[in-house]
Amino acid sequence: MPLVENARIVADRYVYVGDDEAIPERVPVIVTAQRFLADPDTLTRRDGSLGVLWPNNRRVAELAPWLGHLAMVALHFPKFRDGRAYSQARLLRETYGFRGMLRATGDVLRDQFHFLLRAGFDSFEVKKQADAHAFAEAASRYSVVYQPTADGRTPALRRRLGEAGPG
Amino acid sequence: MYIYDAFDRRLLAERVAEFRDQVARRLSGELTEEEFKPLRLMNGVYLQLHAYMLRIAIPYGTLSTRQLRKLAEIARKYDRGYGHFTTRQNIQFHWIKLAELPDAVAELASVGMHGMQTSGNNVRNITTDQWAGVAPDEIEDPRIWAELIRQHVTLHPEFSFMPRKFKIAVGASSRDRAALRIHDMALRLHRDASGKTGFEVMVGGGLGRTPYLAQTIKPFLEKRDALSYVEAVLRTYNQFGRRDNIWKARIKILVHDLGAEAFAKEVEAEWASIKDGALALEPIVVAEIASRFRYPDYEALDDAPPQLAELRRKDRGFDAWVNNCVTNHKAPGYAIVTLALKPEGGTPGDCTAAQMDKLADLADRYSFGEIRVGHEQNLALPHVAQRDLPALWHELNAIGLTRTNVNLISDIISCPGLDYCSLANARSIPIAQEITRRFHDLDRQRNLGRLHINISGCINACGHHHVGHIGILGVEKNGEEFYQITLGGKADENAVLGTLMGPAVPYAQVADVVEDIAAAYLELRQRPDELFVDTVKRLGVEPFRERVYAAR
Repeated sequence: MPLVENARIVADRYVYVGDDEAIPERVPVIVTAQRFLADPDTLTRRDGSLGVLWPNNRRVAELAPWLGHLAMVALHFPKFRDGRAYSQARLLRETYGFRGMLRATGDVLRDQFHFLLRAGFDSFEVKKQADAHAFAEAASRYSVVYQPTADGRTPALRRRLGEAGPG
Repeated sequence: MYIYDAFDRRLLAERVAEFRDQVARRLSGELTEEEFKPLRLMNGVYLQLHAYMLRIAIPYGTLSTRQLRKLAEIARKYDRGYGHFTTRQNIQFHWIKLAELPDAVAELASVGMHGMQTSGNNVRNITTDQWAGVAPDEIEDPRIWAELIRQHVTLHPEFSFMPRKFKIAVGASSRDRAALRIHDMALRLHRDASGKTGFEVMVGGGLGRTPYLAQTIKPFLEKRDALSYVEAVLRTYNQFGRRDNIWKARIKILVHDLGAEAFAKEVEAEWASIKDGALALEPIVVAEIASRFRYPDYEALDDAPPQLAELRRKDRGFDAWVNNCVTNHKAPGYAIVTLALKPEGGTPGDCTAAQMDKLADLADRYSFGEIRVGHEQNLALPHVAQRDLPALWHELNAIGLTRTNVNLISDIISCPGLDYCSLANARSIPIAQEITRRFHDLDRQRNLGRLHINISGCINACGHHHVGHIGILGVEKNGEEFYQITLGGKADENAVLGTLMGPAVPYAQVADVVEDIAAAYLELRQRPDELFVDTVKRLGVEPFRERVYAAR
């Protein structure tokens, strides 16, 4: 599954570690929410970047106390149509101020890139190779947005007050 | 009219380009039908029994003549010469070819129209009173708020994949003409004790398999908080609405399961964290949107000009039309004219391309270039000078749009039903057609007074049967079409769900049953001016049941 970061296809530095597997030293790892919450203190003191794969049916508020120690949170889209992780992403970015990497996993297709970027994702495990290659094009599809979100783009409502029309 | 600016036009153009790419990928096989489905739905494209259907939003029911002419052109060029106005201020074309869709959508965009979010699990077209801006009992124009919300939820990055569709209505009058309480969320502008205007917020209404009326979760919301509160409601729903069962996925189930109070508490907690952020609406932002609503430059005229009274005395047909189709306007000397799209034996809400073109010409001459679309599947000319009514009447006569059955028994609201829709269990349109034939005599209809029939071809309730004075719901029993009849529903400011009258009846008996119900009403009403729905309220359905089923 190709990984896209900064609009480029890159190799994944992170290793997903199963709940019964030993956690390798000094390697960036992603652990499940369950494993993380069982012993957050030890895991956050470990040497090496830590990511948590958070399910879309659990409140991200539970993760809030440790966000400063996490390099990444991966949020899951079990189906294209299941959009709970968009809300989780915005809460992490905008309410809890998470600055680490936010990764989209699961059923991630090109037609979601615009929404995902706007919700605050910056890492994408893309299901199809062709979609990963089309990332830059899909991401720049819209030059006008109507909502203020953590991506910092100025919504039309504000641009109208201060600027001439779109280029 | 809201005038699209360069930002709105740019976004639409970008949307059209994206859709063109998606259709191309579907046609080439790069996308499977399953993958394409949520994408086409987000652009208002359904796959129905015979063809693709394109549903186009008419935000808050306001159309310019340029837009109406474009709809006529689409009907001719890509469809079979007609369109169908729905119960949610949309128009549908039922016979469009997939390969031609991107071109049709591009043409619509040229007049600021689109099918974005007319289907799919996102926020649908924001609806309102079709008389917004002209109704005498309105405290402010609700369309400004509908437009602010429309923009905010368009391609919303967080709320494009919710558990299920989400319908919002905005009202601002003492009389509810927007069916607020049957919406997922409704905002009603009203004044508090100090005279300040704000919103009553209702959530959790909806019909379908489990009908509920919306409950008030906030009696008075400051205007500055309109968007942040909508955001908090949607965020709560997006996270906690059920996704395991399509029949339990609407917000009404979440509100019902949690209880309105607990739901409101969740919303308030979320809202507290965002209300003073970027969504707070300063007056200047609202004023900017309001400034792009153009109002006609009305002449200073007096009400009831002499030529009107004269023709009313001379011509009984004209007088009947004025009584039935002409309504008070907030500007003196003007009137709102309703055009019933309910001809005898016709399909409720259908309008031919020729009618659309002619109507556009009339609207240019008599209504400042504006047309309205209401949830009753009728149209209106919202700014007609009363002195022009005689001339307008003659011209409307020529295109068959002066039927005086508005709000009468043949002014039926109906979904397309099994003739078009892949979800339907039973036919709706032929039932409506037969009822209009049975009651073709207008004097008989007038004697029955205000009486709304709503017909749905399945439990999804697109025809809003639960809130019809007489509600007719098609069901399937052992491969046959049967119809359940409810009585006493209403969608106005005193909204109530109808009560089941008795066992379902087969297709062939529905029109007979409606005639029997009408006869029972004439027998049971206290006075000629006691409306059907008030008789049902006073007596319940029992006396109707007895009379209707006695002979069956």
